[in-house]
Amino acid sequence: MDWTIVSFLAADAVQSGTIYALLALSLVLVFAVTRVILVPLGELLVFAPLTYVFFLPSGVSGLELHGQIPGTAWLSSFLLLVWAVLDRANPSRVARLVVLALLVLGLAWVGARGVAPWLGWILAVLVVLPIGPASYRLFFQPAQNASVLTYLIIAVGLHFAYQGLGLVFFGPEQYRLPPILSGQTNLGMVPINNQAFLVYGFALLTMLGLYLFFTRSLYGKALRACAVNRYGARLLGISPAQAGYVAFGIATLIVTVSGMLLAPLISPAYFQGFLFGLKGFVAGILGGLVSYPLAVLGALAVGGFEQWAGYVSSPFKDALVFALLLPVLLWRSLRSHEIGEEE
Amino acid sequence: MLMLELTDFSVRYGAVEAVRGLSLEVAEGEAITLIGPNGAGKSSTLKGILGLERSKGVVRYRGQELKKRTPEALAELGLVLVPEKRELFSSMEVEDNLLLGAFTRFRRGEKGLKEDLERVYTLFPRLRERRRQLAGTMSGGEQQMLAIGRALMAKPKLLLLDEPSLGLAPLIVAEIFRILGGLKSQGVTILVVEQNARMALRLADRGYVLEAGELVMQGQASELLHDPRVIESYLGIRAREEMR
Ligand SMILES: Nc1ncnc2c1ncn2[C@@H]1O[C@H](COP(=O)(O)OP(=O)(O)OP(=O)(O)O)[C@@H](O)[C@H]1O
Ligand SMILES: [Mg+2]
Repeated sequence: MDWTIVSFLAADAVQSGTIYALLALSLVLVFAVTRVILVPLGELLVFAPLTYVFFLPSGVSGLELHGQIPGTAWLSSFLLLVWAVLDRANPSRVARLVVLALLVLGLAWVGARGVAPWLGWILAVLVVLPIGPASYRLFFQPAQNASVLTYLIIAVGLHFAYQGLGLVFFGPEQYRLPPILSGQTNLGMVPINNQAFLVYGFALLTMLGLYLFFTRSLYGKALRACAVNRYGARLLGISPAQAGYVAFGIATLIVTVSGMLLAPLISPAYFQGFLFGLKGFVAGILGGLVSYPLAVLGALAVGGFEQWAGYVSSPFKDALVFALLLPVLLWRSLRSHEIGEEE
Repeated sequence: MLMLELTDFSVRYGAVEAVRGLSLEVAEGEAITLIGPNGAGKSSTLKGILGLERSKGVVRYRGQELKKRTPEALAELGLVLVPEKRELFSSMEVEDNLLLGAFTRFRRGEKGLKEDLERVYTLFPRLRERRRQLAGTMSGGEQQMLAIGRALMAKPKLLLLDEPSLGLAPLIVAEIFRILGGLKSQGVTILVVEQNARMALRLADRGYVLEAGELVMQGQASELLHDPRVIESYLGIRAREEMR
């Protein structure tokens, strides 16, 4: 391994590490507030750019979709309507949810008719975004106070469901998407895609944003309070259920925007979400699913390890990354009180 | 106006009926105490009021019957509990704990939170000294002060306290009750559950005595303090304990 190879590998490691970091941060956020290990975040990451494909003019996407509304919009809207049925006791919320469900379909319809790429970009995020909080309401909220394991089982089930739906909605192929910034910039001898800088910028913005939110805003502190002591929070009028929606919402926003920015670099397909989600999870576990800075470091470590593994033995690249879980879990379980059950 | 009115109130855990047919009233500006030995059902009563345990009977708060109760909704209405185990946000700073006490007011856009923080710091100078310390690292007495201070930040119309003296040295207990006395004279309505009957009855206007889930006595606090049965069952034992 000479310097050229090392620097090329490092550039790739930073790129994938950054995406794992964004996923790990979202996972830690959701876990801290709700104790849910949200495996399907990876699916939501690819849903957004795949939805965007439907909003691109056929000249750009190379597809003849004839104004077809993407399946994710139907899913999003359907989940919101089920949510409305579940909360039928609260008429004003039902009204808001129904309006939102129609809005999602309306936006998707507008997008599918052909809009400016930047508008389609935003519409894709908006269409996919409700899936996160709605999943919380439909699948996790009913199992209130369940154990971490029960939540994990639900999350894994949801992952399979969303992955299957991804195949139905978008088929098995990979899609090419136009970058926002085209071209490359040479750092030393290593060419970096300009689009990748957008991913890095977004990652830094996310970290700064989360930091400020949790340390400066009383809403952010209330979210932390729910994570630290649910009962204590409830006594002060801070609702852990609402905190759950907020956590799912923020996490979904982070991963959908990440997916949109990353998509031109990876040519997304429905099956890619799983690997992203799992590697983000490995990164999060390195920080015990409790620490944001450790999750980011863990993500960069996973990115680096993955590149090294790919260099040494490319067919076993992913297997080696997941093998990393074993020593980490072992080490974690020896200091297990940190991931311990609440009740 | 009656702040709180329980009528034929019961709390049951499976086959065990922890509270049976309790009727109790708290008028605005009053300090009321509910005393009784371990397992009498005092905490269960408070949890039932908050909707944390299933209960039967009527709960009226400020004249309104509340059928479906959650602690969140009641906190929004100004009914705040300082629980037996304090339930602080232990890995967060003292000042953040206090500010979170005012969360519902903050969300409503109320003004004057800074002034109220100052007021709590004046009431508990210890908390001001330790404003940047993590709540979980404070002593038991300081944690109880923080729990009370945090509840006060919500500007409660009715403050419920579950055994504020639990596990604290007599000097700190006296300090806490002195502060509760101060709150009462400022017009805060208080319902305090206690095993330390002497302290509680000195603070309160009226008292209720609960034994094995049933109301066995009620009356003016000054009368209960001199009631031979109360002295025999509660104050006597306390007195002997305190002698040791
Ligand atoms: N979650 C529960 N499940 C079953 N039984 C319970 C539960 N909580 C309380 N109990 C029972 O209800 C009875 C009353 O308990 P409670 O905690 O209300 O007593 P208390 O008066 O607050 O006592 P202490 O002064 O020791 O706090 C006890 O017999 C207790 O064992
Ligand atoms: Mg008790």
